[in-house]
Amino acid sequence: MSLAHLFSTVLLGTGAAMLIIGSVGINRFPHFYSRLHAAGVVDTVAAGLFLAGLALYFDPGLVTVKLLLVFVFLLFTSPTACHALARAAYSSGLREPAAGDDR
Amino acid sequence: MILFVVAVAVLLSIVFALLRAFLGPTVFDRILAVNSFGTKTVLLIALLAAASGRGDYLDLALLYALLNFIGTVALLRYTEQAPRRQEGS
Repeated sequence: MSLAHLFSTVLLGTGAAMLIIGSVGINRFPHFYSRLHAAGVVDTVAAGLFLAGLALYFDPGLVTVKLLLVFVFLLFTSPTACHALARAAYSSGLREPAAGDDR
Repeated sequence: MILFVVAVAVLLSIVFALLRAFLGPTVFDRILAVNSFGTKTVLLIALLAAASGRGDYLDLALLYALLNFIGTVALLRYTEQAPRRQEGS
């Protein structure tokens, strides 16, 4: 088990844990906007950990550049999609209920 | 070995996302679930690239990440009730 594989295992394991936490968060939160926050934040972080773990799994070369590119695109598109989602939901009249009485 | 465990974790989180897509009261919950489903598919493709040892699957993951974003934005443009102010025209 070389050092790179060890680090890759740790990163992949943390990424998988974050992914599951994010998915549980999507289901557990009371209202749309809090779910949106959970999904948006954790997805980007979990994807980052994942791709970093995979980068260590492969021996460095073109593959690492591709993984970095995937991560950069995910870093740009995931928050933008969440922003567009929140804006569309808000302009369609979806409002957070008053604090305290979550359905 | 670790790739198998992580793939099972990704599949589990996909099941949770589908659960939210099924239960989601508003249409935007469903779009959120579809968007997070797409991101997880990107990760699955990357895992497949690692498992099969072929680095060129990562181009598919890259492409899928972009398509997922464009699909989500297109879906949002379709489901938005209030007409957007035409900033451009």
